[in-house]
Amino acid sequence: MRPFTYERALDPVSAAARAAEVPGARFIAGGTNLIDLMKLEIETPDHLIDVNGTGLDEITVTEDGGLRIGALVSNTDLADHDVVRRDYPVLTRALVAGASGQLRNKATTGGNLLQRTRCPYFYDTAQPCNKRAQGSGCAALSPGAHSRQLGIIGVSDACIAQHPSDMAVALRVLDAVVETMTPAGDIRLIPLKDFHCLPGSTPEKESVLMDGEIITAVYLPPPVGGKQAYHKVRDRASYAFALVSVALIRHPDGSGRVALGGVAPKPWAMDEADAELPNGAKAVMAKLLEGARPTEENAFKIRLAERTLAAMLAGE
Amino acid sequence: MKFEEPTSDNLFDRAMVIGKATPRIDGPLKVSGQAPYAYERHDVVEDQLVGYPLGATIGRGRITAMDTEAARNAPGVAAVVTTLDIDPLEISSFNNARLFGGNEVRHYHQAIAVVVAETLEQARHAAEMIDVTYEEEEGNFDLEKAWQNGLGTDEADAETGNVDEAFASAEVTLDETYRTPDQSHAMMEPHSSIADWSDGENMTVWTSSQMIAWARKSLAETFDIDEDRIRVESPFVGGGFGAKLFLRSDAVLAALGSRAAQRPVKLTLPRPFIFNNATHRSATIQRIRLAAGQDGRLTAIEHEAAAHEFEGGGNEENPTNLTKLFYAGANRRVKHHDVVLDLPESSSMRAPGEASGLMAFEIAMDEMAEKLGMDPVEFRILNDTQVDPMNPDVPFSDRNFVDCLKVGAERFGWSDRNRKPGDTRDGLWMVGHGMAGAYRGAPTLTSGARVRLERGHLTVETDMTDIGTGSYTILAQTGAEMLGLPLEQVTVKLGDSRFPASSGSGGQFGAASSTAGVYAACVALREEIARRLETDDVRFEDGNVIAGNKAIPLEEISADAEITAEDTMEFGDFQDDLEIGTFAAHFVEVGVHAATAEVRVRRMLAVCDAGRILNPVTARSQVIGGMTMALGAALSEQLAVDKPRGYFVNHDLAGYEVAVHADVPDQEVIFLDTLDPAISPLKAKGVGELGICGVAAAIANATYNATGIRVRDYPITLDKMLDRLPETF
Repeated sequence: MRPFTYERALDPVSAAARAAEVPGARFIAGGTNLIDLMKLEIETPDHLIDVNGTGLDEITVTEDGGLRIGALVSNTDLADHDVVRRDYPVLTRALVAGASGQLRNKATTGGNLLQRTRCPYFYDTAQPCNKRAQGSGCAALSPGAHSRQLGIIGVSDACIAQHPSDMAVALRVLDAVVETMTPAGDIRLIPLKDFHCLPGSTPEKESVLMDGEIITAVYLPPPVGGKQAYHKVRDRASYAFALVSVALIRHPDGSGRVALGGVAPKPWAMDEADAELPNGAKAVMAKLLEGARPTEENAFKIRLAERTLAAMLAGE
Repeated sequence: MKFEEPTSDNLFDRAMVIGKATPRIDGPLKVSGQAPYAYERHDVVEDQLVGYPLGATIGRGRITAMDTEAARNAPGVAAVVTTLDIDPLEISSFNNARLFGGNEVRHYHQAIAVVVAETLEQARHAAEMIDVTYEEEEGNFDLEKAWQNGLGTDEADAETGNVDEAFASAEVTLDETYRTPDQSHAMMEPHSSIADWSDGENMTVWTSSQMIAWARKSLAETFDIDEDRIRVESPFVGGGFGAKLFLRSDAVLAALGSRAAQRPVKLTLPRPFIFNNATHRSATIQRIRLAAGQDGRLTAIEHEAAAHEFEGGGNEENPTNLTKLFYAGANRRVKHHDVVLDLPESSSMRAPGEASGLMAFEIAMDEMAEKLGMDPVEFRILNDTQVDPMNPDVPFSDRNFVDCLKVGAERFGWSDRNRKPGDTRDGLWMVGHGMAGAYRGAPTLTSGARVRLERGHLTVETDMTDIGTGSYTILAQTGAEMLGLPLEQVTVKLGDSRFPASSGSGGQFGAASSTAGVYAACVALREEIARRLETDDVRFEDGNVIAGNKAIPLEEISADAEITAEDTMEFGDFQDDLEIGTFAAHFVEVGVHAATAEVRVRRMLAVCDAGRILNPVTARSQVIGGMTMALGAALSEQLAVDKPRGYFVNHDLAGYEVAVHADVPDQEVIFLDTLDPAISPLKAKGVGELGICGVAAAIANATYNATGIRVRDYPITLDKMLDRLPETF
């Protein structure tokens, strides 16, 4: 861990302003990912701005009947919230499928969106990784490398890392919108589908956030109803990242929405794929995973995603 | 004392304390955080500094330069010792990979520097500042390739009868190849040591070791100093599973750091460093051929295997070892190839050889039973043997494998099992049942102890370790039984090189050997008391020594001065003329998700035959721990080898998936009421390694039974079955 300086921010406006002003600054909330990465010197911020005192920890019902979730609401509190459990059950199910109880107590809504990949080559600073060290190469793409967990779609020649979040997959299927504040004090609303970047040739850039911009809340639209489910597939029953996860909202008329986790650098969903829901899982995945470019080790994820969705559709 | 022949009836048969379900006597210390584990021993020596290791980042090659200037000048840094600063340390007789020194890199994360600073953060940060230049060399990291080249070459390790003829004339045969991956011990407490070698003369190491005497000898050999100048303490160990049998880099780096900084240094190996720096269980590839008549009797067994080892050897993972002994059959050939690879050092991990061997062999037995149209339980019963099948003059001392099978089948409800693969459903889950046999030898090692009786309180001192197994408790029980004392009147002190050398903990020899050592010391103490009473007819009961018709409280006998005695139990050659082993039968129910092929274990039963069970509480804990470890081995544990770069990629506990609580279902353990007079005066054998044996194969067989898909390549992950599951579910 590199030495760093530290301050507490008391409101989002000053947090964003300070972050833009101090070189090498990063926000810290729950710290469940950032601190681990700092210990390994994968993240090396010069300055930490602790945003836990900024008051962004409330869940409120919005005028249009949706929900505003403060960026600092813990994963535990969000999963346990009455309205979430009643009207957005896919979100509760995704949250409790992630991490462990202790981690969910500390992890925040904003931080969860920004957690970094679990690619084992990203985690070993001795190995080439374009995401960690731009231009150093991608160890995971070399023949004989270990890529079983990694992404199959939306990936590039520079990076095949996957986004590890469960929560974000549910937020994607719920069509959530991320609210931010810029260093100038302006509020920005970014649909979750546009929030994360694909790696292309710049895998180090993972979201559209500008320097200093801070997540202040996540909006959920008014409840869409339907049957909601989240199926996370993994080798052990708990405390493992998804090989594939599927978030599903399905209406009585057969229409609905699907989002995938564990397969791409961001929660993976597509309107054209949703339109295929009445035609079954194969049809959905044919659209959703069209152009997938898996490695030999993770090619099974295509079939797995298809079968998982099929089981969810059959399970109704 | 020497154990020269099988014991007759003795005082353990009255079993006042031994054999009773007794909670750990060290439990309160552990749950209140007061048990002194190595890294937290802040009170043993003042002015401790903190060390942090740096590991090589190539699989093979040499270091041409190390720039340490920035690290040496970093805040708080007291010393930096690099591998280029010193001559290569000796490789001790217990090690194969050199632990430190010289410019040669022989495996990924080989220790190449230690930074010593006032705080962990300072040491860690300074270690990152060291700039290393390598000259990388091509390495050989591919076991599969070596197997293809080696298959069928070399002489058999053991052979009886005419194997080729038996196969040629057999009515039913099987010929399959099985694979088990590299595995990590992944014990909860990392390798940790505090070393004080401040004066460069006398060394004290507070560490986490299974074997005190070996650690001391290793340190002496590694640093070429006299053993008498070294003291080792390890009273509590947070899990070992073989990882802590031998000296590791934590103690070596702490000692070097201490000598350089002239202050005590504490050092723990960071978790992501352990997987490649320390040892692991080697992967194996195993070809198994079986031949039988239609009657189900095995006529021939052939087992050829390969595992990898570090140059110089040391790998105990020979999966063919127990194939010589487990089942009957007149014709047999076993052969094992130790392949030298440039991966980190393969070494002992819980039931080395047996664990991986049975993972394969007990699937083969299941496959053969199916070919024969037999119940796999019946097939094993039919092929039981009471003698070494390759040396029929050598009998098993006490083998009750058939009883394990029968009791297990009864208790599990085997007759109600799913019979046709893929035939039982519970919603989206396909339900299957499987079983396997287990066999693990029961070795003994020389073990000594000292006992002190003072005011009626007995203190037992031995360098035996408690690696979470329950040694404290069973040794207290042994002392209490021998002296007729209640358990509360016995204190046990372990893990200190100032105490008499014991067997240590490993190879499931610890319980049998160390209790026998305490027995020997207690016999000496009883004789001393008898001598003082000028009689040789004494009994010890209810806190009294009874001589003739007189009962004298032990408190009175030892009121004025402590009475001490010391002895060592040695085990006689007669044991070499017997096969002394432990046996088990495992029964498992699994669910396999019909869509995703996720496997989840629903219930597990073990029936064990291990002689007298010294303490059913701690013995059960050992066995369910083994079952849990085997569950991980069956379904998720695998060190992934990066073949171009030559290292284990998933080197942390997020990437190397051991079983978690949610994976572990109802577990039941039944101990048969058996006694083995050939093992020791206590007639008790170990169970710590028996618990992991055979379990993974039972899960594999249950998975086959659930799905009709046979996976012969561990771990049984969903990607290996997905394409063979039914299209609809």
